[in-house]
Amino acid sequence: MDFRFAEEEESFRAELRAFLKKEVTEEFLRDLEERGETDFSREFTKKLAEKGWLAMAWPKEYGGGGATMIEQLIFNEEIGYHQAPTGGHRQGINLIGPCLVAHGTEEQKKRHLRAITAGEVVWCQGFSEPNAGSDLASLQCRAVEDGDDYMITGQKVWTTNAHRADWCHLLTRTDPEAPKHRGISYFLIDMKSPGITVRPLINMLASHDFNEVFFDNVCVPKENMVGEKNQGWYISQVTLAFERSGVALPASAKRMLERLVDYVKETKLNGNPLAHDSMVKYKLAEMAVEIEVNRMIAYRVAWMQNKGLIPIVAAPMSKLFGTELMKRLSGIGMQIMGLYGQLELASKWAPLRGWIERVHMFSLGSTIAMGTSEIMKNIIAIRGLELPRG
Amino acid sequence: MDLGFTEEQEMLRNSARDFLEKECPKTLVKEMAEDEKGYTPELWRKMAELGWMGLVIPEQYGGMEMSFLDLVVLLEEMGRACLPGPYISTVVLGGFAIQAAGNEEQKKELLPKIANGDLILSVALTEPSAKYDPASITVKAVPDKDDYLISGTKLFVENAHIADHIVCVTRTKNGASPEEGITLFLVDGESQGITTTLLKTIAGDKQCEVIFDNVRVPKKNMLGELDKGWPMVERMLEQATVALCAQMVGGAQAALDMSVAYAKERVQFGRPIGSFQAIQHYCANMVTDVDGSKFITYEAAWKISEGLPATMEVSMAKAWVSEAYRRVTLLGHQIHGGIGFCMDHDMPLYFKRAKAAEPTFGDADWHRETVARELGL
Repeated sequence: MDFRFAEEEESFRAELRAFLKKEVTEEFLRDLEERGETDFSREFTKKLAEKGWLAMAWPKEYGGGGATMIEQLIFNEEIGYHQAPTGGHRQGINLIGPCLVAHGTEEQKKRHLRAITAGEVVWCQGFSEPNAGSDLASLQCRAVEDGDDYMITGQKVWTTNAHRADWCHLLTRTDPEAPKHRGISYFLIDMKSPGITVRPLINMLASHDFNEVFFDNVCVPKENMVGEKNQGWYISQVTLAFERSGVALPASAKRMLERLVDYVKETKLNGNPLAHDSMVKYKLAEMAVEIEVNRMIAYRVAWMQNKGLIPIVAAPMSKLFGTELMKRLSGIGMQIMGLYGQLELASKWAPLRGWIERVHMFSLGSTIAMGTSEIMKNIIAIRGLELPRG
Repeated sequence: MDLGFTEEQEMLRNSARDFLEKECPKTLVKEMAEDEKGYTPELWRKMAELGWMGLVIPEQYGGMEMSFLDLVVLLEEMGRACLPGPYISTVVLGGFAIQAAGNEEQKKELLPKIANGDLILSVALTEPSAKYDPASITVKAVPDKDDYLISGTKLFVENAHIADHIVCVTRTKNGASPEEGITLFLVDGESQGITTTLLKTIAGDKQCEVIFDNVRVPKKNMLGELDKGWPMVERMLEQATVALCAQMVGGAQAALDMSVAYAKERVQFGRPIGSFQAIQHYCANMVTDVDGSKFITYEAAWKISEGLPATMEVSMAKAWVSEAYRRVTLLGHQIHGGIGFCMDHDMPLYFKRAKAAEPTFGDADWHRETVARELGL
């Protein structure tokens, strides 16, 4: 056992850190916020591509850097720590790209992979529907064969970045008679196709990140199907090829803890620093412990993947732990700030520019998005511990 | 980075598990909880023959000179088996104290005996204040010609009643700071003036009240330097804390395994209770606690193994693991229902050990204090 990173890995981290310090400045982040594009920047995504870091762990023949999962872990950790925006590339790099590497036709690979690695194309994910959330496989959006094409009709929801995306990877129902997992097909759709309507869904942070997307007889050529007809469920589940440690969460929690520690040292209440309050100390220490546990859980996922092991339990555990921790940590942060904790960005009185309250609100969504905490526990119990299905 | 165990470590784990399943069945564990000595010399001897007592003792003193991480593997299996007896007090507390502080003569005399299984040690640190800080050391050692005279009461001293030697942490001076003026002595367990009384504890481990009444100890039995013993105590405590965490990890894994197995076999409402989501989520919470406990413990153990500063990591591990073990055993009991509440069942062994381990070497609050300090608060 060795918890040390190799020398090259450490120097990669140092180079990356220097880059992120220069690029992801307070001003840069404030600018994104003011544009309503927190966590989204095409320019930043392009810069990562130019550095060769965007698809660093993809195979070289598809424009990747052939990096190890450990290097990818370091990358994701630093990105999380520095709050760098990932919305411009997350879907392409983490989900549809690796899926095309595994299941795409030569044509599809040629057309899409290079564009993803170059950071030129933004993807969105058409999975969830109004009646298919945790029970995703009951989705109803229909795709009906029509000559050389499929005609798509239905609705998607919670589609992050649909209003910014160039392409969508979409799950549709192609056989309504088959058992629900066996009648689903997977498509790549140009978001400029006629018949697509994107309507904003404003989240509780008053931010426009996700959308409803309506498909009204949208024509998609057959060659845009990924894998075989009615195999879409299984193909979309093959998400093994990307780094799944979730390390960005403990990394960003660590940043938050550091800023809270500074805050309680600097902030005086009736002449006494908040740091002298034993409750404050206790809570921050408790969070420091949990962040370290989270970091170890995440490291283990990447280490397993690096060895070619599949983190059946470890990956959902990390997602569960990290998102729940962020909810607790940001809640504690707000609590420590007392009345000030409620102040938003625009107020001159807002501590840390309202960052903590925004993260706290966002955290309510993070334990739901990409599989709720309850679904994570189901996966851990049923796939991991092999408990019987209900 | 490599978060896996080596092939040798896996072999050690497997052989330890097989050995303990055969030699330390739960019937023996329960018997030893009632037994006054709390261990059997036969099992102690067999463990010594496997080299377990000398695992981390240097080869020149008759040990196997393996790493602290190797010891962690073994301790996990001991925790799984609920192994009773003076292993931690002898090998981890006593053994490390002698390795860290002993002079050549003391090492030459004592370490081979530990490695052979010929010696049982106890470390008398805590007092009625029940704290692990230097200010709590009040038992006095006063020079008297070529000897020291030790007087005072030590409490929660593991295995003092069977120890050949007691390492006694004493106050030899009231210095400027509480750390100053602490000295360690190797006291013969048979010395005149020692009164040992066994405490009745929930886990049936053997903790004692030890009263020292003008116990005469020759100067040459001093372990380390006069008045400068506290840093050694700190190092010993760090190692013992991680050792205890490793035992807890093994116990938590066993409680999880038992509970998952039971959830699969116990049928109610016509289906295994493990098919109910409430039980599934309990199990998911348990495995998350167990896995989290493992790697935070391994991280601290690795730091110690490498000789790196580990104060923060050790405290993080203990703060997390002592509460995680408690949560895991509580949920395990809930899954087992009434049967787990029975004296004859194995679940209570783990719950009781979790409760006993929580305050040992500092509870979670105590260690969070250290974490806060290390954070600069």
